[in-house]
Amino acid sequence: MQHAEARQEDLSASREGRGRPATRDEVVVARHLEKRFGDFVAVDGIDFSVERGEVFGFLGPNGAGKTSTMRMVSCLSPVSGGELSVLGMEPNAHGPEIRRRLGLVPQDDTLDLELSVRDNLYLYGRYFDLPRREVRQRVERLLEFAHLSEKGDEEVDNLSGGMKRRLTIARALISEPELVILDEPTTGLDPQARHLLWDRLYRLKQEGVTLVITTHYMDEAEQLCDRLVVMDKGKIVAAGSPRQLIDTYSTREVAELRFGVDENAAAAERLAELAARVEVLPDRVLLYTDDGDEALRAALGLGLRPEASLVRRSSLEDVFLRLTGRSLVD
Amino acid sequence: MGALAAPRPSLLRPGWLRPYRYFAFRYKRTWRGTVTSSILYPILYLLAMGLGLGHLVNSHLHAVDQTGRLGGVGYVQFLAPGLLVASAMQWGTNESMYPVMGGLKWLKTYHALLATPVRVRDLVSGHLAWVATRVGGASALFLAVLAVFGDVPSPLGVLAVLVAVLTGLAFAGPVAAFTATQENDAALPVLYRLGTVPLFLFSGTFFPIAQLPGWLQVVARATPLYHGVALSRALVLGRVSAPAALAHASYLVAMATLGAWAARRTFTRRLVV
Repeated sequence: MQHAEARQEDLSASREGRGRPATRDEVVVARHLEKRFGDFVAVDGIDFSVERGEVFGFLGPNGAGKTSTMRMVSCLSPVSGGELSVLGMEPNAHGPEIRRRLGLVPQDDTLDLELSVRDNLYLYGRYFDLPRREVRQRVERLLEFAHLSEKGDEEVDNLSGGMKRRLTIARALISEPELVILDEPTTGLDPQARHLLWDRLYRLKQEGVTLVITTHYMDEAEQLCDRLVVMDKGKIVAAGSPRQLIDTYSTREVAELRFGVDENAAAAERLAELAARVEVLPDRVLLYTDDGDEALRAALGLGLRPEASLVRRSSLEDVFLRLTGRSLVD
Repeated sequence: MGALAAPRPSLLRPGWLRPYRYFAFRYKRTWRGTVTSSILYPILYLLAMGLGLGHLVNSHLHAVDQTGRLGGVGYVQFLAPGLLVASAMQWGTNESMYPVMGGLKWLKTYHALLATPVRVRDLVSGHLAWVATRVGGASALFLAVLAVFGDVPSPLGVLAVLVAVLTGLAFAGPVAAFTATQENDAALPVLYRLGTVPLFLFSGTFFPIAQLPGWLQVVARATPLYHGVALSRALVLGRVSAPAALAHASYLVAMATLGAWAARRTFTRRLVV
């Protein structure tokens, strides 16, 4: 707990530094939150809080506990232990009230494939008991927002994966929620579809909607999130803004060197002196350093001849590798 | 945002209405087919049974049994009110098998519903309310066809639609509860073959259960279909005994209530994890 509080203070200090208001309006607060399925602990006592208007990310590999956390926050799954408050209410007691003000984009689209795009939106709006006319107006606005105006009468089954995903997001917005939870919004989409989706999420943020996103894509987390936590095996292993995390857990630059498959480990031993840290992956060696070009030159100076090499900026991928010793997407 | 907050459920906007609207909307896609079969099905049965089997049965009864084991009515008049309720059982059962599995697993539309203010109990009530509507509509058509053929001698027969709805619910609840415990649809055809079909044949629809061996009569009396058939027949033929009618109706109400309760339990166990 103490560790978590320290982390919290750390974060608010940096927020003030970036000119954000110091008064906190916390939309989601979790204290030692747990989710157990029988003996299996999916979420193991995590602490985090999400502020109004920010994009908050959960980054981690499959099975890290992200989805279980999202399901608890969306009041779909009962809390097994600890405390959780969503929009100032407790999910186990006030599920329907919370869900009235919350939009969920689940990992599976859960769309009715046999109905049209427009009908899917319309019916979802009616689950909230919104008046018919109001829902119809919102449907047209959301079709435009989701770039689906021309597909309104199409059966959902005929849509591409990216379109279905955008429709699911539009559906989550029909009740004009204050908080939107997106569980892996872009998994399985091609790059173009992902960028279009990211753009829509930016717009939502600009409108003041609080977004909570899970992802196992580093670039997504870096692009979208104001703050994020890194989850692994049910626990939060690090928290902060993408920049803070990279500064804390990695170096400014990374030099990647590829040797033959069996030669990476041997080369890494000789490279140990050249960088702040060296990681050996099955297919390459990573040198963590503030000057990647310099490290690369030094490596060549040692007489090493990598088959390929590149210098890049550190990313959250490196943070994850450092924290868990594993790469994120296997 | 949130200029127009979604209202809370109330007496005028009960929670079950939300999923109900969805089921009703979906039905718009298939209603023509179901209406056609609701009319065609009784006509086909009445023709086959009336012109074919019924003729044989009637002449046989006339020869061997002047008082009439069927209560002194022709075979078709005996059969028709039973067939109405037996069909209601099938409609109720069907609506709670594949559509429920679809909502839980294939289309996952139940999961979408539960991400909104809809609660599991609203979902179950909405489903059952929808089944009641479907069975009610189909039974009303069925009864109208029977009336046209002159097989509804008593005005009390109108109430047989209610009996059909109750019977449909007495099956829809337990079957939905069962479906929600299943990982896939493998057991559903088995349930149909070993549950629905024997009940259809042995619950007094086609012949009085007095024809059955003693122990099977006991089994038949324990099932909801027997009570539905007996009550429907009494109403349609205008031979109602109040205590018997009350007993039949109570049984059906109890079964429907128990089924709804069980469905709420198994749906919760399946969906709230």
